[in-house]
Amino acid sequence: MLKYISQVIIKSYVMAEMEVRKLLHDPTELIMRAVQPILWLGIFGEAMSKIRAIPTEGFTYLQFITPGILTQSVTFVAVFYGLAIIWERDIGLLPKFLVTPTPRLAFVWGKMISAGIRGLSQAVIIFLFAILLRVHLLFTPISILGTVLIIMLGASFFTGLSTVIAALVKTRERFMGIGQLITLPLFFASNAIYPISIMPSWLQAVANVNPLSYMVNGLRALLVTGDLSRLPFDIMVLLVVALAISILSAYMYPKIMA
Amino acid sequence: MNKNQSDTIITVENLTKRFKDLTAVNSISFNVKKGEIFAFLGPNGAGKTTTIRILTTLLSPTSGEAVIDGQSVTHHPGEVRKVIGYVPQMISVDGALTAQENLMLMARLYDVPFRERQESVQRILTFLKLEKYANLLVKTFSGGMIRKLEVGQAMLNHPHVLFLDEPTAGLDPIAKRNVWQHLLELRDKFGTTILFSTHNMEEADEVCDRVAIMSAGKIAAMGPTQDLKNKVNKENATLEDAFVFFTGDHLQENGNFHEIRHLRQTMRRLG
Repeated sequence: MLKYISQVIIKSYVMAEMEVRKLLHDPTELIMRAVQPILWLGIFGEAMSKIRAIPTEGFTYLQFITPGILTQSVTFVAVFYGLAIIWERDIGLLPKFLVTPTPRLAFVWGKMISAGIRGLSQAVIIFLFAILLRVHLLFTPISILGTVLIIMLGASFFTGLSTVIAALVKTRERFMGIGQLITLPLFFASNAIYPISIMPSWLQAVANVNPLSYMVNGLRALLVTGDLSRLPFDIMVLLVVALAISILSAYMYPKIMA
Repeated sequence: MNKNQSDTIITVENLTKRFKDLTAVNSISFNVKKGEIFAFLGPNGAGKTTTIRILTTLLSPTSGEAVIDGQSVTHHPGEVRKVIGYVPQMISVDGALTAQENLMLMARLYDVPFRERQESVQRILTFLKLEKYANLLVKTFSGGMIRKLEVGQAMLNHPHVLFLDEPTAGLDPIAKRNVWQHLLELRDKFGTTILFSTHNMEEADEVCDRVAIMSAGKIAAMGPTQDLKNKVNKENATLEDAFVFFTGDHLQENGNFHEIRHLRQTMRRLG
């Protein structure tokens, strides 16, 4: 058991390190991915804050949506990891990995950690842009640590979800379809760009079980409101769903071969 | 079949794999001896890849049993993985990493101890004559170099059995010879047992101790290539004649769309 745990930790690190090395060899992807959140903040955010149509509890609309856009950006990166796994299966990397004496959980965690690191790089770019737009955010040691934790947990959950979907649908074409189908509803059925209180009640119910909402809550508390009373609960929820999906996706992962 | 049990490294009995309505592997049995070079010969869709995937623990069989180096692939896949190497048909190195990083990744996944890692990787780069390219991204490599690197990755844990699925598909004759030189050297130096699949008759004839001719999920004939050729009623029969003799000359269902597409993509990549 102890050997298994040490194997999982060591090899998760190995897999994550390789992903990071790939990013360092060619970081253009990170820059490309930053375009969308910048458009959301710079255009959608700016326009909506002129209208003042959405109640934002005493903060500016840009303050309100910055954590939402960050969350969206992190989860969208993570949700397409399944596609990378299918691609690795197609070119032959995945079978080669699966034949090594590596716990399946390590492959999943390796992907989750690297999705988290990609998410953190998104956060840096979004924060820089937010500062440029003179959005007032709270940057304290606690808020930065908390932000890192929430990004890692949220990215992990959506990477795991994506892995499970990949193992079920098995082909790139079907995955693309489903990926498109779930990302936008996940985003809109959350408190990322408007508060849950203005939603119709059926949508509120969805938003309340959407892990994306818990990410937004946590990040908003840390970066905007500074009211951390709900933070432990948000983090607990993210931790539990991330662990649960880890186990499910470690089980599903090898099934992508069949 | 094989009287000296200690000599046998792979034992397969009544192995069957069914996918929904397709029986890819239909109750096959065979043994492979230590240090042997053994090939599955057959067209696409004959069940070669499926058999290799079961033996490498990637798929579990519907029924039957396979034992590698004393460990069952169904009951102790983790133990089997420690003693085998695998080179899939498709590209199994990461183009976005350097040759060195690709080898290092595998060394770490195979638990090569920290102190020996750097040296093992260096030794393999030298063995494959790839030292000069160690720090180049693999996406700049030629097909032959990629295959060599893949073989190198599979050598890192000194596998007792090395599985290769269509190792030379899409390679030019010189690259093909080069890859086999390294594989034969591996067998001679470390006594590695090599099991591979191919539909290239000449290749099989040249390097194999024994072949199994597969057709529609079954083993149609098995033995040293010369024995198989002798059974054909024809002078100077080639292995191709033997193949036609044992499988009948009807056209096989040539794999499915997916497999063909994979194969063509691989060929194109290997260029």
